[in-house]
Formats: sequence, C-alpha cells, structure tokens
Amino acid sequence: MGRIQLKQVQKAFGDVEVIPPLDLEINDGEFVVFVGPSGCGKSTLLRLIAGLEDTTSGVIEIDGADATDLPPAKRGLAMVFQSYALYPHMSVRKNIAFPMRMAKMSQEEQDKRIDAAAKALNLTDYLDRRPGQLSGGQRQRVAIGRAIVREPAAFLFDEPLSNLDAALRVGMRMEISELHKKLETTMVYVTHDQVEAMTMADKIVVLQAGVIEQVGSPLELYRTPRNLFVAGFIGSPKMNFIQGEEAAKHGAQTIGIRPEHIDVSMSGGQWQGTVGVAEHLGSDTFIHIHGIPGCDPMTVRADGEVTVSYGDTVSLTPRSDQIHKFDANGLRMS
Amino acid sequence: MATKASRSSARLMISPAVILLLGWMIIPLGMTIYFSFLRYNLLQPGATPFAGWENYYWFFTDPSFSAAMLNTLVLVGGVLTITTVGGICFALLLDRPMFGQGIIRIMVIAPFFVMPTVSGLIWKNMFMNPVNGIFGQIAAGLGLQPIDFFGQIPMASVIFIVAWMWLPFATLILLTALQSLDQEQLEAAEMDGASWVNRFWFIMLPHMARAITVVILIQTIFLLSIFAEILVTTNGGPGVATTNLTYLIYVSSLLQFDVGIGSAGGVVAIILANIVAFFLMRMIGKNLDA
Ligand SMILES: Nc1ncnc2c1ncn2[C@@H]1O[C@H](COP(=O)(O)OP(=O)(O)OP(=O)(O)O)[C@@H](O)[C@H]1O
Ligand SMILES: [Mg+2]
Repeated sequence: MGRIQLKQVQKAFGDVEVIPPLDLEINDGEFVVFVGPSGCGKSTLLRLIAGLEDTTSGVIEIDGADATDLPPAKRGLAMVFQSYALYPHMSVRKNIAFPMRMAKMSQEEQDKRIDAAAKALNLTDYLDRRPGQLSGGQRQRVAIGRAIVREPAAFLFDEPLSNLDAALRVGMRMEISELHKKLETTMVYVTHDQVEAMTMADKIVVLQAGVIEQVGSPLELYRTPRNLFVAGFIGSPKMNFIQGEEAAKHGAQTIGIRPEHIDVSMSGGQWQGTVGVAEHLGSDTFIHIHGIPGCDPMTVRADGEVTVSYGDTVSLTPRSDQIHKFDANGLRMS
Repeated sequence: MATKASRSSARLMISPAVILLLGWMIIPLGMTIYFSFLRYNLLQPGATPFAGWENYYWFFTDPSFSAAMLNTLVLVGGVLTITTVGGICFALLLDRPMFGQGIIRIMVIAPFFVMPTVSGLIWKNMFMNPVNGIFGQIAAGLGLQPIDFFGQIPMASVIFIVAWMWLPFATLILLTALQSLDQEQLEAAEMDGASWVNRFWFIMLPHMARAITVVILIQTIFLLSIFAEILVTTNGGPGVATTNLTYLIYVSSLLQFDVGIGSAGGVVAIILANIVAFFLMRMIGKNLDA
C-alpha cells in the first residue's frame, strides 16, 4: 500500500514561502511525476513527503495515517537521490544491505533480497566493487537497488537521471518504468524534463513557484492544458502563442497552437511567413518561421524530408480543431 | 603535464630547495651522531677523545632512561586519545547550526595560538596552583582539600595542558572533514532507518578516517618532542615523573653539561620516533590509500 495525501501542506524557509498551501492525492500504485522549472519547489515537496523537511503547516497522510511528524525512517518510503548518495566506503553489496541491516533483518533474508535485486538490476557482477569503481548508470542502479530491498510503500525519486548521458537516460527511463509495472508500488518522481514526465507518468503534477498548476494524465495535459504555463511547458517543441488581432478573431486574449498541428504549404494557407532556421532531425524538421503577426518566430513541425531553405516564403494553416484559447488571465477558455 | 621534459625541468627547479632541506637535516644529524661517539663534556674543555659506544651505554643505564621512555609513550598516547576523541566531539558539535557559530569556532581554535610556555605558565599559576589557582579556590570554597596537581598527578596534569593546546588542531581538521561530507548521504542513511549513532558509526566516522589519520600522524611527530610545557610546569619532576626523552636529553647535555651523552640521547630519540612512525603508518596507512 502506498497512498499519500497532502492536505493544505505549506512550507516556508524563514520568511520565504516556497510552497503555499497545497492539496494533492497520490493513489496506491500510481506513477506520479512532479515537473516544473528549476527552483519551483519540486525537491522541497518531495522532501516534505520523505520527512527530510518539516512542514510549516498542513497534514501529510500515508495510507490514511497522519505521518506529518513521523521521522523519515518510520514512513516506509525509500528515496533515490540525484547524486545517488551511495556510501563510498562500502561495497555495492553492503550499500544495498544497509537499510536491511538497520532494520536488523536476518542475514539469510538479506542475502536473498540482495541477490534478487542484483539480478533484477544487472548488478550481480559488481556486488563486491566500491561505488567509486562504477559508471554513472551502475551507480544509479545501486541506488535503486538500495531502495527496492526495503520493499517500501512508495519510492521517491529526485531527478535520478539528470547526471546520465542522453542515451543512458532513455535506457534507465525504460528500466524504471518497467520496475514500476513489475512492482506495482507507488512512485513519486521529480524531474524538470518534460519528456521524462510524459513518457513515464500515470499522473503529472505541473508546479510553478510552489503552486500546482495542473494535475492530470500526460495526454490530458497535452490536449487540454488548463492555462498558458502548462500549455507552454508540456510538449516539445513548445506551443506557439499568438496574441493580438489573430487571437481576437477567436474571441481570446491569446491562442495557442502546437507546432505539430500546423500544416506547411507553398501557397494558399492562412498565414504567410519567411523561413528562418530549419532544424533537421531526420524524422522531423522543425522550422522557425518569421513574419507572422502576433507570434515571432512560429515553430512548425514538418516532415523530415521537407525541403525549405532560409528566406523562402511559406504558407501555414493551423488545424482549426487544435487551437487552444486563453483569456486575459491566461486561463483556458473551452 | 608529465612529459619527460617537464619532469626533468621540474626536478631541476625543485633541486635547490631539496638540497637546502637535505643539508638542513643532514648537517645537524651528522653532528649529533658524531658527538654521540665523543667524550665531550663542557666542564672539561679541550680534549674530546673518541669514546665508542660509551655514551650510549651511560644513556641507557641512566636510572631515568626507562622512566623517560615510558613517560614519552604515556604522554603521546594520552594526548592523542584525548585530542582525537575530544576533537571528534567538538567537530560534531560545531558542525550543527547554532547561535554565534562564528565566534564559538574562533574561541575553540584560540588555544592553538597561545605559545606553549605561556599556556604552561598560565595553567600552572592561574588554574592548577593549589593555593592561588582557580581549581584550588573552588575546592577550598566547597570545603574540599585542594589538589596539588603537579605534586599529586603530575603526568595527568601535563597531559591535560598539552591536550588543551592540541585539541583545536584536531577539532579544526576533523570539522573540515565533517563539513565535506555530502549531506545527501546522511539523509539517505536517515531514510534507510539509521539512528544518529548508526549514522555516526557507519557514515561519518569512515568519512573522517583519513582526517583522523592525518591528525594522529602530525600530532605524534610534535608530541614526541614536547619540552616547553614540562620545563615551565614540573621541570620533569617530581623525581622523574614527567621526564620524557626530550627532557632527559636536555638534562644530560645542558644541566650535566655532557654533550656526548646528550647527543646519544638525541640519536635514540630519532630512532624511537622512526619506530613509532613506522608502526603508525602500518596501522593506519591503509586508510590513506583507500
Ligand atoms: N534550505 C533552504 N533554505 C532556504 N531556501 C531554500 C532551501 N531549500 C530550497 N530553498 C528554496 O526553495 C525553492 C525551491 O527549491 P527546490 O530545491 O525545491 O527547487 P527544485 O524545483 O527542486 O529545483 P531544481 O529543478 O533546480 O532542483 C528555491 O527557490 C530555493 O532557493
Ligand atoms: Mg531539485
């Protein structure tokens, strides 16, 4: 079981309120991702749940029981840190065994769980090494191993992949997702990478300056962002925002259209512009187009094989059913 | 960096310093060894005939010699124990955020800046004197018999004074080590269910191991040659209760004017220091390369 509820949880460091009172429910077995720009309070929120920081006010419940004043060890949660936080003078085996040793578990049981974790995480050959003799990805797996063996009610991850290179990150992303499917344990995952958020989450929590902007499944956030911030944050490349006359035509202060929802043609479209930089990714081409009133530059996703060159005039047509409308307060008008 | 050319030019440039240091060490060492084989007494000027191992014989058979050996080891061991254990405790305390941390840290470091002679005299006259000293006054005020520190427990008193002087050094180094410990490791251990004692034992202490090694090595080198504190407090007494090797050498060469025996003592001290250093290195050396 791992149901976590935050009720009016607030956190201030001195006079600075980092997290204004917020409510959040994390259901058993869910993969929840906290995402938001740097400094928005993701880590702080996670540490509040972990018990590494005290709440200024509000209640944290784990499985229905008040855990607000419980010390971290008593909450039954395991955390994987961004820096891995392995114990450098202990072998991998001892690192993984540490939480069980602290819990005074029998040696047999310890060995059994270590072997199981090592097998699951491909660490069997490295059990006698020190963390300093491992690669980044292996260290990450040791840190996960140390979390798994405790069989916690929930896992907390704080940007666990941000120190890895791009290829490894994709691999580890899959491994963590698979682990979640296998263990069916609640996972709370912090990242500022919206690709990680979209690919891994059952539920995404978008944070800005400590405030929850929106909670929902990845596709919900993609299809119906509640406000301008979420609209701009979710999706890559970013959504194009158009203001002024063009927006007024739709009766909105701002309209948004995602790069993948704009069709490019040589003539006859709704808007005309000149091609700036075109980024060829092979599968897609991202074209930055200048000269469109109310939005400069506008990013468009076109086919990978499209041939446009700098300075060409092209014509754009947004798909009318994919236009997002926002009012003067930046909120979605449906 | 380590090309052949850069290595040889580095050697060339560092050689004057090395030669100077070597000379600085070799010449006194050579002269000490040379004198230790001469019958050389300042009260009998003129002839300094070769004496063979005679000086060593007299030094070793000196009734104070075995006591001095033992005192040296007790002094070093006692001070090392107090300063390392105390240093760890102080470092743990000072690492906590508290009011007036900066000033408290400076105050803790302060004893290190007091000259050995001065601190010896201050402790002797202002604190440990049974009549005028603060401890004596307190004892008298409480109606107790004041302790005559240098009469009744001379060695413990000297150890205390020296430990007081060296505690800041140990604290400073251990505090630096403690502050370099990654906080996330402690937090991870906390999440793993480690109590404070366990966190200290399994995380902080291993992290400080290297710094502790450094503290012990450096202190041993200096503590083997403690002199001023003994000279100004107990003069090696009562009897030979606080005479260490350094002090015995001083007694032989400058109180009995026998340069030959004094030099022989010096050579013995050098050998002792090397033996101690060797065992220390062996004992804790594996900490250094881990
Ligand atoms: N111990 C502290 N004392 C004072 N302010 C703090 C403390 N820890 C964090 N903050 C502040 O709280 C805010 C949120 O910090 P937090 O570490 O939660 O951000 P984050 O969302 O995790 O950012 P990042 O993506 O860069 O890790 C920041 O503005 C930070 O300056
Ligand atoms: Mg963070």
